[in-house]
Amino acid sequence: MAANARPRMPTLAAHHREPPLNRPDPDDVELELFIRGLQLRHGYDFSQYARASLKRRVQALAIATGSRTIGELTSRVVRDDVLLPTVVSAMSVPVSEMFRDPPVFRALRAEVLPILASYPHINIWQAGCARGEEVYTLAILLEEAGLYDRCQIFATDFNDAALAQAQEGIFPVTEARQYAENYLAAGGAHTLNHYCHAKYDHIKFDSALRRNVTFANHNLVADGVFCEAHLILCRNVLIYFTNPLQDRVLGLFRNTLVRGGFLCLGSKESIDYSENAREFVALNRRARIYRLGAPSA
Amino acid sequence: MNDRGRSSAVVIGCSTGGLKALRSLLGALRADLAAPVIVVCHRGSTDDREHLVELLAQAAPMPVQEPDERSRVRPNVVHLAPSGYHLLIEADETFMLSVDARVNFSRPAIDVLFESAAAVYRERLLAAVLTGANDDGAIGLKAVRARGGHALVQSPEEAEADRMPRAALQVAGADAVLTLAGIADRINQRCP
Ligand SMILES: C[S@@+](CC[C@H](N)C(=O)[O-])C[C@H]1O[C@@H](n2cnc3c(N)ncnc32)[C@H](O)[C@@H]1O
Repeated sequence: MAANARPRMPTLAAHHREPPLNRPDPDDVELELFIRGLQLRHGYDFSQYARASLKRRVQALAIATGSRTIGELTSRVVRDDVLLPTVVSAMSVPVSEMFRDPPVFRALRAEVLPILASYPHINIWQAGCARGEEVYTLAILLEEAGLYDRCQIFATDFNDAALAQAQEGIFPVTEARQYAENYLAAGGAHTLNHYCHAKYDHIKFDSALRRNVTFANHNLVADGVFCEAHLILCRNVLIYFTNPLQDRVLGLFRNTLVRGGFLCLGSKESIDYSENAREFVALNRRARIYRLGAPSA
Repeated sequence: MNDRGRSSAVVIGCSTGGLKALRSLLGALRADLAAPVIVVCHRGSTDDREHLVELLAQAAPMPVQEPDERSRVRPNVVHLAPSGYHLLIEADETFMLSVDARVNFSRPAIDVLFESAAAVYRERLLAAVLTGANDDGAIGLKAVRARGGHALVQSPEEAEADRMPRAALQVAGADAVLTLAGIADRINQRCP
């Protein structure tokens, strides 16, 4: 009996267990460790970002920084604070366009701005503003509707480098044609040249378009309500989030909007899986424009 | 047939000439195909951008849809990547759309779909590169093979544009080089 009760010494063989079937790839394990490292050391939490595209971005960052593996990248990011802005920029995807999906801006013009016009003062939050493409888009839209002087736009992103560029209002001239086409397709009253001038390899927007814009760093993962808004534009940001984070942010939007306020999401976004989205009623489903609260009878 | 000869998901990539090729390939698939078929076809700035779903639906014996983000990958459905977005598969077999930068000057890019699908389905994936006038898909096909997936390439002689299949063969190689009819047969066999 006594001999049986003695704990058996683990033999060497016992350590050589068969690896579990379907164990994750080293890359996927390293991705999780990267996310954890960034969170522990720098306080940035990407754990609720959809993995497939995040993995591509982290792999690209590893290559760009001369790291052979994500694991190697992680130890550098954890030890070297200087790398952090590069990492944040790489995670953030500030890829945008002016008047992207022109029919959406047509719809805003036709269906939302006339209702906003009844407010003496209009607050607009643009969440995930990238390099400002949509900020200038909005400013032009409001200007042409004769509403801009009553508006305050809060343009936020968690990427400081992108925000700094947004503040400049300078875009590569190679984009100009696409923007100009989009502008016209969105029902613009002039031509885009009316608002910007070309110089060498870039176009620069009229600084007057920024007169009612406040740029600020706001992280949708961690930060809370900071204003009361009549319209929130958050396009192609939540697509990167898992369902729980998407739900959290939609809750944040609900708490920010006035009753009857508007939310405009990206053209392919789906909010079917979000509890908080239940309080939003589709105004224009195609354009992904929603209104907070039950439809008025 | 043992499991090794079976695939539980199909991904297809094409560009120039893709509409015609897809119509003939999808048209030859069995109506009760068990696997999902996920397609990236680069689209020009022309009308076929909008009408691709209808044009393919006329030819295919199963439903053709542009997937909603977060929705499940469904068997016996052709899921077509929407224009302007990369289409990726998440580990829980749901769709993810991204507007990340273009890859190979393309969004959607074949490489992006293939790499994410390879990570999810591994040796259960069947991937096919068809006609096209650029190199997209080659690196993706390599990733598919690295995970033990089954890789098919349309015969460059048959392809309307042979650059894409040739690039795929050069970078990734293939388990078989087949005509569209041959690729359809192979899919029908492997996804009963
Ligand atoms: C693809 S861009 C979308 C730009 C623009 N709204 C559009 O649709 O063209 C996504 C933006 O969301 C921002 N973003 C991502 N995660 C964020 C977060 N947690 N908080 C704030 N902004 C975030 C990124 O920095 C990036 O600028």
